[in-house]
Amino acid sequence: MTDAQVEIVGQDAPTAVAEEEAPKSLAGRALDNIRTGNLGVLPIVIGLAFIVVFFSFKAAHFFTADNFNNIVVQLAGTCMLAYGVVFVLLLGEIDLSIGYLSGLAAVAVAELQLPGSNQDAPFSWIAPVNGLLAIVIAVAIAGALGAAQGSIVAKVGVPSFVVTLAGLLIFQGVILQILEVRGTIVIQDKWINDTAYYYFSHFAGWIIAAIVSALYAGIAIAQVVGQRRAGLRVRDPWLLLAKVVGLTIAIFGTVAICNHAKVPTGLPLAGVLVLIFLVLLTFLAKRTIFGRHVYAVGGNAEAARRAGINVAKIRILVFVISGAMAGVGGIILAANVNSVDLNVGGGTLLLNAIAAAVIGGVSLFGGRGEVRGALLGSLVIVTVSNGLNTAGYKAGVIYVITGIILLLAVTLDTVARRLQVRSGR
Amino acid sequence: MGGVSAPPPASTMADTVSETPLLQLRGISKSFGSVQALSDVDFEVRDGEVMALVGDNGAGKSTLIKCVAGIHTPDHGEILFDGTPVHINEPKDSAKLGIEVVYQDLALADNLDVVQNMYLGRELHDWLYRLKEPPMEQRTAETLKSLAVTTIRSIRQPVASLSGGQRQSVAVAKAVQWNSRLVILDEPTAALGVAQTEQVLALVKRLAERGLAVVLISHNLNDIFEVATRITVLRLGHDVGVYERAKTTQQEVVEAITAGVPTKVAGVPAAGAAP
Repeated sequence: MTDAQVEIVGQDAPTAVAEEEAPKSLAGRALDNIRTGNLGVLPIVIGLAFIVVFFSFKAAHFFTADNFNNIVVQLAGTCMLAYGVVFVLLLGEIDLSIGYLSGLAAVAVAELQLPGSNQDAPFSWIAPVNGLLAIVIAVAIAGALGAAQGSIVAKVGVPSFVVTLAGLLIFQGVILQILEVRGTIVIQDKWINDTAYYYFSHFAGWIIAAIVSALYAGIAIAQVVGQRRAGLRVRDPWLLLAKVVGLTIAIFGTVAICNHAKVPTGLPLAGVLVLIFLVLLTFLAKRTIFGRHVYAVGGNAEAARRAGINVAKIRILVFVISGAMAGVGGIILAANVNSVDLNVGGGTLLLNAIAAAVIGGVSLFGGRGEVRGALLGSLVIVTVSNGLNTAGYKAGVIYVITGIILLLAVTLDTVARRLQVRSGR
Repeated sequence: MGGVSAPPPASTMADTVSETPLLQLRGISKSFGSVQALSDVDFEVRDGEVMALVGDNGAGKSTLIKCVAGIHTPDHGEILFDGTPVHINEPKDSAKLGIEVVYQDLALADNLDVVQNMYLGRELHDWLYRLKEPPMEQRTAETLKSLAVTTIRSIRQPVASLSGGQRQSVAVAKAVQWNSRLVILDEPTAALGVAQTEQVLALVKRLAERGLAVVLISHNLNDIFEVATRITVLRLGHDVGVYERAKTTQQEVVEAITAGVPTKVAGVPAAGAAP
């Protein structure tokens, strides 16, 4: 908005708002977006491409189908946590408890699947349950603990940083207490381990690719029909078509790579789970009233309250999502190593999950960001650590590089935000 | 009933102004602890008129408005809406009556676009709680068009990218979208430049022309004399008079704001109402 376009309300200006100005070219609008601080996924996709090319030259075994499957499975756990982080950050809050909350869910699942007589002291009365049921119970526990923390934040008004910091300590303590005697629980249940170890047959992979592409195309068509019916101009039909075609190619390409892999061959279930939650949570965030209210509260809580939105309810529900997603992620991470031990949920998990969301373009200041950012961000973090590992670097280097990427991402976000404010007034 | 009992004599605006006040406050008192914020205040606004509410800082303008909006409950006094006594205990009650308040700077979420802001808290949805975007977008466009808010390039751009005047226009449009009958604007032009102030004032006039009752709180007498039909002056929690814009001067209103004497003595007409 330049000064040349000083706005004057004229009764005689017949321009209809809906028709806007002459449609700009795609490139023109992309430039506009960048100018106003709306960078979208562009920087991260470019960064990711750069990382992949770099390691492909640097490490011999990096650019292989087998390693692709590796990355997908390594990514799944962190990504699930990061999905939850997106919602919390959208509110402008923070959840530091998700690391150990995920550990607690993993411990719960491990205890529940143990044969009865074998269980640890406080849980020996529990009959062993089916792995699937164990997963549901563990996720529910994590969600309930999220609700408890969210209630303290929303109803009492204690800052989320403090509440979840306390949660972090408490959950870590509980994990240590439960595993004190045994130290490690091996997970043998097939349901649970399959979350990280099941690979679809080649044929099933193609079917899944076909279903996903068809669903996406169907949704896109429904959207166009809806806009047409309401008499609105369909924005960028070509862009939409490009998206549908692009996604179809991406999906089939992914399945092709997974099927090409030798050692664990086929599409990993963990990857499909990542995709399912991506779709579900994106739908929740962008297409439902709840999601709209999350963005509103994150953007201007006072305006949301005055608009009649139950701000406390939104806050609590978001912490439920955060807790439940931590539970899901924790189970996948535990399945990945077939066990839980005293370090479960610790290490860099929490910081990686938050970093993933932030790298993915979710603003720490609330109100800006998308669920897919979590996936892209975890892709960056996992790819970098995988690449450095493959190239033979030690953990220290991985931390330093991840830290630099995080710093770059936040700097970009801050600059983008400043640009947006400047172009606003 | 005191200073506002005499209906304004026929003027140029009389044909658009109805006879019974849409909102009438009688003898409103409100105290916070030992502070008497409002004492025995009368106030009224009619359909199709812009009633300005002026007064120095601490005169009780905001308290009076909050009593109407349901944020405060008056200690004494009566609120009549459309001639019938009503009780406004929470914001929902006032919204139900068709009273909308546009608060300065607090109305919009910057990160949401124009359509999303217009429907904030009242989104259209289906049984799955899915948002129905096309009708919301369409009706937003219609509302803005009907108010001649034509400078917004795209109603799908975030509010953060709008100018101050455009934001205020969106906030006002949001308030009138819901078949509201009374719109209260709290300092709508306080943070705006000249051109943008004109834009918002033109919008305020248009609201009254549509038959809505408008209450305009402002410190800027130039703005008020441009759009107001009548002017209510508060001073130290008392109402000191109702002035007709056409029959008063800025000088007189300034005197009332700074040195006005409460007129709540039976039989004595409001200072500005006398010919």
